[in-house]
Amino acid sequence: MSDESLRPLLEVTDLAVSFPVRVGGGIWRKKRPLRAVDGVSFSIMPGETLGLVGESGCGKSTTGRAVLQLQRPTRGQVRFDGVELTALWRKRFGARVWSERLRQLRQQMQMIFQDPYASLNPRMTVEDIVSEPLRTFARLSAAERSRAVAELLVQVGLDPRFRRRYPHEFSGGQRQRIGIARALALRPRFIVCDEPISALDVSIQAQILNLLAELRRSLGLTYLFIAHDLAAVRYVSDRIAVMYLGKIVEIAPSTALCDNPLHPYTRALIAAVPVPNPQIERARKHVVVTGDLPSPLSPPSGCRFHTRCPIAIDRCRREEPALLPLTIAGSERLVACHLVREPRADTNSP
Amino acid sequence: MSALLSVDDLCVYFRTEQGEVKAVDGVSFELERGEVLGLVGESGSGKTVTNLAFLGLLPRPPAYYPRGAVRFAGQELLHADERTLRALRGRRIAMIFQDPMTALNPYLTVERQLTEVLEVHERLSRRAARSRSLELLARVGIADPERSLRAHPHELSGGMRQRVMIAMALLCSPELLIADEPTTAVDVTVQAQVLELIRELQAERGMSVILITHDLGVVAGMAHRIAVMYAGRIVETATASALFARPRHPYTQGLLASVPRMDADRSAQLTPIPGLPPDLSRLPSGCPFRPRCPRVVARCEQVYPELIEIGPQHRARCLRLGEETPP
Repeated sequence: MSDESLRPLLEVTDLAVSFPVRVGGGIWRKKRPLRAVDGVSFSIMPGETLGLVGESGCGKSTTGRAVLQLQRPTRGQVRFDGVELTALWRKRFGARVWSERLRQLRQQMQMIFQDPYASLNPRMTVEDIVSEPLRTFARLSAAERSRAVAELLVQVGLDPRFRRRYPHEFSGGQRQRIGIARALALRPRFIVCDEPISALDVSIQAQILNLLAELRRSLGLTYLFIAHDLAAVRYVSDRIAVMYLGKIVEIAPSTALCDNPLHPYTRALIAAVPVPNPQIERARKHVVVTGDLPSPLSPPSGCRFHTRCPIAIDRCRREEPALLPLTIAGSERLVACHLVREPRADTNSP
Repeated sequence: MSALLSVDDLCVYFRTEQGEVKAVDGVSFELERGEVLGLVGESGSGKTVTNLAFLGLLPRPPAYYPRGAVRFAGQELLHADERTLRALRGRRIAMIFQDPMTALNPYLTVERQLTEVLEVHERLSRRAARSRSLELLARVGIADPERSLRAHPHELSGGMRQRVMIAMALLCSPELLIADEPTTAVDVTVQAQVLELIRELQAERGMSVILITHDLGVVAGMAHRIAVMYAGRIVETATASALFARPRHPYTQGLLASVPRMDADRSAQLTPIPGLPPDLSRLPSGCPFRPRCPRVVARCEQVYPELIEIGPQHRARCLRLGEETPP
């Protein structure tokens, strides 16, 4: 990760995804674009884990889906290992579909889903589920495939003797392991983990976090780790990106971000996470921002956080801050806030 | 004797096709006036069922109570008739639920849902009920109470709905508030606001609160005392400071070692609790935590450990408590 000559495995530039949403009724009914992701840029180096945090509706899952081309970006580029993926869509019968090239490339990019109850077909056995990617992409004999499934199950900590069982016979944590085995089947280099532990019991979450960390080490995987739980994200990520209403407001190395958050929203997010220690908890101030998230259908003008920001000034209402680099105590970070940059007065965003 | 609520050896079993499920199996605790008790456990530990049982909110059958008693301000609740319970629920004991969208009636305006409570319990006029509702909505931090009164639940954000539900619970100034995972369905910045509100209201009114949660961080700053539940029983109970400073039951220790926390060293490894949460219809013999316990010995298979006093207000249920190991 420290090698400057390394090229990022994933490079996302100005990514945007909007969905047409019907608003109003009767003669006022019309379609308006909901900009779920609105100009997001980041990169991930080989072997690195980038955490993506934010509250519900901030666009973090849509970002993950757009990176994998499960959702066609409205704008922007996604480069995987130097190849621009958004250019690999084809038109067929008027619809946009993946080209064969994209389909082949996508073998190297997989996803682990949030809900281990909804993401496994209840009518398929564990063996069917885990071997499906192999049947689709790899030319293996039945015996080879069977051996591969057994290896994958062992790798994720499941007993291969359970291969003929169905998802409902497993607990949430075990199902998540099945989902992970499926994601690993084609030996991917990059995995989007979308809230992989939030549906699991507390005592099981650490099992899955440690499994993901171990697989990353042993297989040299690169992760985009999406979650709302900042403590979990901090545990697994090298760097963390914080999203608010479709925009990234701050990116920094995990320790720097958590110990010294610069953006007022990052500060609010960190202050709001309770710590299992009564002495610390009673002395802390948790409520730094008030109110709820504004509707992403009509995001606030200027800086999107200004309606809840404790330090907003007039400029924040008018002018959107750009995500600009800043080096503090040797750590390089990006922040989108007028007031974080103001004291230095070096550059002004247009 | 002055306890507001005393739960004594409460058992709640369910008759199911898979056999008898012992959802709550001998739970005892007391709650003083003005005290906040945190009830911590994973899904299926019995924390919610305990409370639903004495509020008379469990359908019987399949539920039944083979043993136990629950007294609220001297009154027996477990076998009380519906009329007695109805006079208590919503008035002296109120509950807020995890998901305000399903707990609020989607067909009625906020006004109707709030005023109804006051009309039924306090026989207030519509007008008086309306003005009390407005007052409370303002108190729980709703910016435009007049407008919110006219709204239907779907028109409010998740945080606003949770506030409306809290306002509804507090209308009759209850002596006991049961908050069942009140922040699990909301985002973390809203969670901080909701918890802060409950904390303020509790202090201001001197209410007793039972806070049910799976999140150790949430109870750490809220509760005076904490009870940790596993497989239908309390396995450890202590003051909040003692429980976090010196957890004694292997399950409590395991939970604390397995959650990522913001105040920990980032390089510190998490130690997961191995195995799976218990299946209540097929509990192992002896201690139900035995299959996952790092300190298990042969005796754990035979004996179900009693809740033993191990310090001031600190009790735990483990055979190996006598033998000290560093926490």
